[in-house]
Amino acid sequence: MHDTGTAHSHGPDHGHAGAHGHDAGHGGHHEPGFLRTWVFSVDHKVIGMQYAVTGLLFLMFGFCLMMLMRWQLAYPGEPVAWLGAILGEARMPGGVMLPEFYNELGAMHGTIMVFLGVVPLAVGGFGNFVVPLQIGAPDMAFPRINMMSYQAYLLGGVTMLASFFVPGGAAQSGWTSYSPLAALAGSGQTWWLIGMVLLITSSLLGAINFIVTIVQLRTKGLTFFRFPFFVWAQFVTSFLLLLAFPPLEAAGVLQLMDRLAGTSFFMPSGLVVSGQALDISGGGNPLLWQHLFWFLAHPEVYVLILPALGIVAEIIANNTRKPLFGYRIMVWSLIFLGFTSFIVWAHHMFMTGMGTVMSAFFQTTTMIISIPSVIILTSLMLSLWGGSIRFNTPMLFALAFLPMFGIGGLTGLPLGLNITDIPLHDTYYVIAHFHYVVAPGTIFALFAGIYHWFPKATGRAMNETLGKIHFWPSFIFMNVVFMPMFIVGLAGVSRRLYDGGLTYDFARPVLHWNAVSSWGAWMLGLAQVPFIINFFWSIRHGRKVDRNPWQATTLEWAAPSPPPHGNFETEPVVHRGPYEYSVPGAKTDYLPQCDAAEAR
Amino acid sequence: MEIPWVVTARQDTGLNNGKIGIWLFLASEVMLFGALFATYILLRVGAPTWPLGSSILNVPMATFNTVVLISSSVTMVMAWASVMRRRFAAYRGYMGATVVLGFVFLVVKYFEYSAKFHHELFPRTNTFLAIYFTLTGLHMLHVIGGMAVNAWFWGPGARLYHENPEWFANRVENSGLFWHFVDLVWIFLFPVLYLL
Amino acid sequence: MGDHSADIDRHVRIYVVVFVTLMALTLITVAVSYLHLPLPYAVAVALAVAITKGSLVACYFMHLISEKRLIFMVLALTVVLFLALMMLPIFTVANRVEIQ
Repeated sequence: MHDTGTAHSHGPDHGHAGAHGHDAGHGGHHEPGFLRTWVFSVDHKVIGMQYAVTGLLFLMFGFCLMMLMRWQLAYPGEPVAWLGAILGEARMPGGVMLPEFYNELGAMHGTIMVFLGVVPLAVGGFGNFVVPLQIGAPDMAFPRINMMSYQAYLLGGVTMLASFFVPGGAAQSGWTSYSPLAALAGSGQTWWLIGMVLLITSSLLGAINFIVTIVQLRTKGLTFFRFPFFVWAQFVTSFLLLLAFPPLEAAGVLQLMDRLAGTSFFMPSGLVVSGQALDISGGGNPLLWQHLFWFLAHPEVYVLILPALGIVAEIIANNTRKPLFGYRIMVWSLIFLGFTSFIVWAHHMFMTGMGTVMSAFFQTTTMIISIPSVIILTSLMLSLWGGSIRFNTPMLFALAFLPMFGIGGLTGLPLGLNITDIPLHDTYYVIAHFHYVVAPGTIFALFAGIYHWFPKATGRAMNETLGKIHFWPSFIFMNVVFMPMFIVGLAGVSRRLYDGGLTYDFARPVLHWNAVSSWGAWMLGLAQVPFIINFFWSIRHGRKVDRNPWQATTLEWAAPSPPPHGNFETEPVVHRGPYEYSVPGAKTDYLPQCDAAEAR
Repeated sequence: MEIPWVVTARQDTGLNNGKIGIWLFLASEVMLFGALFATYILLRVGAPTWPLGSSILNVPMATFNTVVLISSSVTMVMAWASVMRRRFAAYRGYMGATVVLGFVFLVVKYFEYSAKFHHELFPRTNTFLAIYFTLTGLHMLHVIGGMAVNAWFWGPGARLYHENPEWFANRVENSGLFWHFVDLVWIFLFPVLYLL
Repeated sequence: MGDHSADIDRHVRIYVVVFVTLMALTLITVAVSYLHLPLPYAVAVALAVAITKGSLVACYFMHLISEKRLIFMVLALTVVLFLALMMLPIFTVANRVEIQ
């Protein structure tokens, strides 16, 4: 692929800004070594797979942290001898979990799942692998920056993991790291902050790459409103990452200064700790941390959901053999959602003493933002109407996503209104709400995506039977874990209590639900085993398939499976929209975007 | 396998990849420094008293530094113009001047900071100094980064001028955009911290 | 970029004018600070000068005045979000519930 449509092409353009080195494999001279191919690759597909595998490993690790927490919640104070032996006296003396350890698990579970698991898989993994293929590009606009973005993520992840081994253990001030608690916490918090700076750097580099790639490297005929919805989702997500992350990076630097340089950015005057007045200047404001944190963290939850909506849209269109209902309005909703996500953040702060004016402002923007969400979800549901539905594994996960995301979204409404937020804030209701959106929501969509695009990445299909064995228990146990949490939260049980509410009288009637959730979680863990087996087995022994096993319309299916370096044998030219399924009068029930015949 | 639109502009957007990339990066930097300015606002409004900048900080030194940085922006854009006019010697002169002026800025900053430390004025002393050191410190890191890139394009990177002058012009322009941004941040930093 | 020599000459003249203007504005803003105006006025003047200087740097040194639409749109979005970040936290903290 080379410059199309312009007169000047000054010799071999070796990629992008970067003064040295050459693209691996260019021109077919010497074969690049193992390191260049698999560790320091600049190919978006390899980088995508690196992100995906690393992300999946972190998801598994974060899940294990949660399974540990759930023992303590189900059976508070009960020892687990063999765990105590492994984890040691500092964390589980006599096999009983210390509150500090519980806090470590809680903070790191959240951090790892959000920043090291879901986003790297959804954006770094799926985004990197699929987007260039779906727009007919040979790679990302800045391949070397792409590689650096992964390296920064890996380094950030290693930093986070290493923090478990420092004196005092890993961060234990919640994934939200509120000051002053986080400022006074042990050295694990410093490592957390450094890890976050690395992860943010990775995301910023990635976001820039995605935006430039989508705008500049889309192939001939691919106008913006012919993009697959997945591309739009990644495009908007990239803007969220680009513009929302820097304030958290700044806040991280400020908290590091508070911890290491003795400043008082977030430390109020007159702070007394354990009877001793702190020797600091004071004059800082803990709310400042909250504003800067949530300025990122609210758009971050849309970063968690948008790629998932994109994946579900692709799979639904493909498996209903119908165009998406309301594609254009879905796109405009996506754009509006992205913009609005920047001005709702203080609905996480209704309990900080804000007055009625600002409270009303944030309630209003929060209610408004539910509109585009509902439009998108409704369009996806309406897309099923009249379809010839194929109930394969990706479709099962995509279908389950719809009501699960619906529950998650609807349960968010009371949280967005300050009156109803008062009794619900920081309870298990909140945990249930956001887990519904991210776990049987986003993570189901990510599973769907893996089953859907696995054939493109490997040339082999995953096993359908194992897929269904993975799906049904996962779906059931997700609900077993999280549905009871609404009940527990409505009863008033706070989150982050290491004993699950045991010491509170009012919690007594609902405490038994903790054990239900825990058993659900452990069974959910078991339910992932067929997936892990399927994934690795199918890489070598999966049924071989041709380049378009799903009879799909989007461009990635026109490339070989797996695509070579440079992706397409000839530059694809797009003649139609992304979801031309069951077009009346057409010979087949799908018209690939780049098929010249029967051009519109 | 070539990545298109690295050197030439894509017709419908009218832009090459690097230029969009650098502007997006600058947008993220606006938000980064924005957070620190928001910090300044919150801390100042919440403080019972706040010192006048000139009572603690050295306004003449900072004014001099402002002149230095603005001048370096001029030499930077002249460096780019020289590449566009294919005047390599002029390019090297202007780019060299830009690097030197950046160095002068850093030297002045060194004297400023050491004077503060000498008088026992540290970030932990009060919130004014905390935000002063953080804002100017982060800005200084950006100056160093920009200087490193500019020095590269003055030195070893200048080879590209002879191989592919159009591509080189793009890259000088993009570095210039970063350098002007560094100047732009200082244009706001200076009055806010020193004069108010 | 394809600019011709005459174009660049015109640009260079503009750069010199902008440079002189920036110097003048710098001196003005420092001079005004010696007047020790009441804070709201001092802030207004300082910001007005800074915005003017910044706009000159952006429009002429960074060529924004002749830049393509896509760049403008990204920057417009950024400016809006920047303003939100400047204003919303302080409004929220200031709009405090006072316990009597």
